Amino acid sequence: MTEVLVVGGGPAGMAAALAARRHGARVVLLEAGDDIGGQYWRHLPGGRADPGERLWHHGWDRFLAMRDELLGDDGCEVVTGAHVWSVERRDGAPPLVHVFVGEPDGQGREPRTLDPAALVLATGAYERTLPFPGWDLPGVFTAGAAQALAKGERVAVGRRVLVAGAGPFLLPVVAGLLRIGAEVAGVIEAAGPAQLAGGWAPRPWQLIAARRKAGELAGYARQLAAHRIPYRTGAAVVAAHGTDRVEAVTVARLTRDWTPVPGTGRRIEADAVCVSHGFVPRTELALAAGCAVGVDGAVTVDERQRTSVPGVLTAGELTGIGGVDLALAEGEIAGSVASGGVPAPGAVRERAVFRKFAARLAAAHGIRPGWRAWVDDDTVVCRCEDVTAGALRRAAELTGSRGLRSLKLTTRAGLGLCQGRTCGRTVESMLTGSNEPGLLDPGRTAHRPIAIPVRLGELAASTRTSNREDVP
Amino acid sequence: MTGIHIEVDGERIAGLAGQSIAGLLLADGRVAWRRTRTGRPRGVFCGIGACFDCLVTVNGLRDVRACQRRAVDGDKVDLQEDDRD
Amino acid sequence: MGAGIVGAATARALVRAGCDVTVVDRGSTAGGTSAGGEGNLLVSDKEPGPELRLAQRSLAVWARIEAELRDELPAGFPGLELERKGGLVVATTEAGAEALLAFADAQRDAGVLAETVDDTRAHELEPDLTPHSTATVFYPEDLQVQPVAATEALLAAARRHGARVRQGVEVTGPVLSAGRLVGVRVDSGTLPADAVVLAAGPWSGLVAERLGVLLPVRPRRGTVLVTSRMPVRVRHKVYDADYVGAVGSGSADLQVSSVVESTAAGTVLIGSSRERRGFDERIEARVLAALAAKALLLFPFLAAAQAMRAYGGFRPFVPDHLPVIGADPRLPGLWHATGHEGAGIGLSLATAELLRDQLLGGTADPLAAEFRLDRPTLLPHLEGAAR
Repeated sequence: MTEVLVVGGGPAGMAAALAARRHGARVVLLEAGDDIGGQYWRHLPGGRADPGERLWHHGWDRFLAMRDELLGDDGCEVVTGAHVWSVERRDGAPPLVHVFVGEPDGQGREPRTLDPAALVLATGAYERTLPFPGWDLPGVFTAGAAQALAKGERVAVGRRVLVAGAGPFLLPVVAGLLRIGAEVAGVIEAAGPAQLAGGWAPRPWQLIAARRKAGELAGYARQLAAHRIPYRTGAAVVAAHGTDRVEAVTVARLTRDWTPVPGTGRRIEADAVCVSHGFVPRTELALAAGCAVGVDGAVTVDERQRTSVPGVLTAGELTGIGGVDLALAEGEIAGSVASGGVPAPGAVRERAVFRKFAARLAAAHGIRPGWRAWVDDDTVVCRCEDVTAGALRRAAELTGSRGLRSLKLTTRAGLGLCQGRTCGRTVESMLTGSNEPGLLDPGRTAHRPIAIPVRLGELAASTRTSNREDVP
Repeated sequence: MTGIHIEVDGERIAGLAGQSIAGLLLADGRVAWRRTRTGRPRGVFCGIGACFDCLVTVNGLRDVRACQRRAVDGDKVDLQEDDRD
Repeated sequence: MGAGIVGAATARALVRAGCDVTVVDRGSTAGGTSAGGEGNLLVSDKEPGPELRLAQRSLAVWARIEAELRDELPAGFPGLELERKGGLVVATTEAGAEALLAFADAQRDAGVLAETVDDTRAHELEPDLTPHSTATVFYPEDLQVQPVAATEALLAAARRHGARVRQGVEVTGPVLSAGRLVGVRVDSGTLPADAVVLAAGPWSGLVAERLGVLLPVRPRRGTVLVTSRMPVRVRHKVYDADYVGAVGSGSADLQVSSVVESTAAGTVLIGSSRERRGFDERIEARVLAALAAKALLLFPFLAAAQAMRAYGGFRPFVPDHLPVIGADPRLPGLWHATGHEGAGIGLSLATAELLRDQLLGGTADPLAAEFRLDRPTLLPHLEGAAR
């Protein structure tokens, strides 16, 4: 019997585990949180169940059915609190997966080493927020933080909240904020009318197939209107103001390439600002496994969701940002293939539909280079190590180095605890501006051989206590 | 819903079982609880465990992501300055 | 050839002596071994002999380098983080204690400051050190530097004096004239030169092969663990006495001995592993676990510290553990400055001066003979090498 290890308990990972089970494989599903569902179906913990939980989600019944099936299945071991810290490439076999099971950032957790016949990585994505002056003030959040706190804890990040950035994800965030009683001061979308039309309007028939998605977006638009929430396109938050926390922001009009137009800045009062400009695939495990990635940083897969490394498959946001429907379809295909089966034609069709949708998303809301103009020299770029844009530019100029490795080590950008998750892409794009000769080692900020911090005591003990296990 | 209490820098704060430490601190009206090496205040930023802005010391153990760790009744939480105990 | 610290130091030394210098590197500046270590400037791990003498000479240059660079570099250039912190070598077994004390005796005879300290003094120096040490020797001369910043500073200084630094330029072959090397071919053409200096660290063997000679420099893998930023609790370079044995060993198998130190940024670096397995870049859990376990023997408090990063590098390993510095007698025009294994950061400055003096035909330096390519201990490894 094929043994399949799935890392990540979001929609893609759940779909992969279920498909692998249907094809007769035994499955281990690793999830870092204390329940599955991922960011998309993030919900109140068991002890605090809300009878109205369904209202917070799309496809909640589907989630419950999938979860029940996985948890009730003896052939599938769902391990929550599973913190994968290392994926170790091997010759002639899929990689070893090293895990500590227990509390996040805890100590004395149980070490496990898994030796799967096939590995499906479904580690999802996190948000990309472009820096702006004051973005590191408390009260500035990613949009995902507002959503996670609302859906997972029923906590509002502020009383009067401005939501800004790019992409349709801003809209469900607004919905979440309204549901917990926050006032939404406005939604600021960086893409202007031309960019939006260019991405969404051509080939409208493609949207018909993805109408479930289109309907969802239309619902959000109606909600904005009902609450009289201003929705502004072609504009961005170019500064946040306050001393110990955010009190107001400046919003400016943008040109088509996202350069702020001088003299258009307008001050908006808010006690919280949620800003996201897109998503970054969570690739550290895939990179450690040796999987090839594309120029967009997403893992490259074939039509069967297989990566460049034999026995390693990926599904969901890791292969490119596309939303829940694409994640479910890719997970289904990856799980089938990982267990030696043939993917269901329905899943293959769905994947095609939602990939087109994802391409439109990228065209309509993709980051444009003009944003660099709103980053002044004093703007912090690396939040962990307090490295400013000026320090980074100066180091590049003074050393003349074309190496990220060198520039990281001379400035410390990307060397803090987040290991460049937050600033990596920004650092790389700031150093590859139009006047620069370019970096010789691009993509380096995404490499994290230790995928999540581990206590040295646990690491030291892991050699003594962790026996390699075949999956399961 | 079960009420819990945690101690934050010696102060007793009420919350609900199942809340993350970050959720509990935010609900208590706090937005910042850490200082970077140059003294900049930090609280929650990404909320999903990626940015490591929200680190706290929990029961003596440093560098715990407040947004990922569920608060447990009686937890002793100390606010963290990166270069100081 | 090579924009690591040895190439950088050599370029600066030569350009200051009036040479016209170009530095080429296949990759970017400071992107190889110089970025893969801890920044050790040690006398403590070296037995009496030529390498120790080179290290002592290098330390003297490091002592004045900051002042020199201040005049050569623009304001705001990233600092070297040069710290005169001293090294503390700790034995944790009776046998280790005996070996360490004998080693320190021999070093003292060679002019090294090596202060045998009792337990009380050891804990004054390092309050959080394990209570289970059997002997401790303090080496006040050991220094630490941020190796990438140092490399960039030396390169920038060389540029300031007129050197050119060309990154992303790969050497593909020799330009020969009457049996003499008169330049190199690169991917974009040829670079003529009266002297070609090979300073490509662990890749030197590969570059030498392209130039038509065999050079017994091979990669020896090392891995370093990095903790998150914390209040300073490790004040010196602290290592276990096994380290000396591991450095001197030629074994290909994995060896781990503990080297623990804080950086100016507040992180703690934990080394060091040694393993010969080609240019395999994988970072393995078993190596990290072994590093952690060894470090906890010295500093038990580190058990609660977060390891947030690991990085690896390749040391340029030479079978007799001595660098190769000087002319290649088989190919006139080719010069070597390579093979420093794990000590290249520390030895770089003296290496550069030694090479410069030979290349420009200065007075004969007795130390230079010790690092010749055709020295007796290396000759067996060169046999059949010339093409």
